Amino acid sequence: MYLTTSPIDLAALLLEARPGDGALCLFVGVVRDENDGLRTTAIQYEAYGPMAEAEMARLADALSRDFPAVTIRMQHRVGLLSVGEASVAIAAVSPHRAEAFAACRAAIDRVKATVPIWKKEFHPDGSSGWVDPTVSPSGTDP
Amino acid sequence: MRIRLLHFASFREAIGRDEESRDIADGTLVSELWAVLGGEVPLFRRFPKPPPAAVNREYVSADTVLRDGDEVAFLPPVAGG
Repeated sequence: MYLTTSPIDLAALLLEARPGDGALCLFVGVVRDENDGLRTTAIQYEAYGPMAEAEMARLADALSRDFPAVTIRMQHRVGLLSVGEASVAIAAVSPHRAEAFAACRAAIDRVKATVPIWKKEFHPDGSSGWVDPTVSPSGTDP
Repeated sequence: MRIRLLHFASFREAIGRDEESRDIADGTLVSELWAVLGGEVPLFRRFPKPPPAAVNREYVSADTVLRDGDEVAFLPPVAGG
């Protein structure tokens, strides 16, 4: 399962390394305390669950074709997350670091671009809003 | 024919429900279904063209012909990560 409602178990993602692997690249996306100049207290992540699972499986297949030396594991959390909690994690292991970095970067970029997951930010004054990366710069990070 | 229509995030809030069944004419295109929804939801009329759509949990183009029993969703801008 690529989606989880529980805290992401980073250690479990790291179990993939094989004897021939010399590099393990881990990306963890974390809930930040501001976005576009607005303070953020929490983020609600919502997914089209079955499609998000299918889309991440398709992404994993494409990544294994594009980076044949790399094994990738990824997990995305859904539900209400506080500042500092991990929302997404991607582990890429390979014999050498260059492919591990490249595959890890490609994986998070593709996850953010196509997986049907949405986030609603909550602000200290009680207001909230859906993040739209197509009209704000927030889509560029983490 | 009848389809199952799912709504998520900002679209779910705009239309006020997370799923529904709809009877639509045979041969209805994804883009034509979006136009129908635009007649019901002011927010949807602000889109110059249909947003990304999924049929049976896969992205499809707006000129896709819908089939009886399809699971259809129009997707607000995704923001995972």
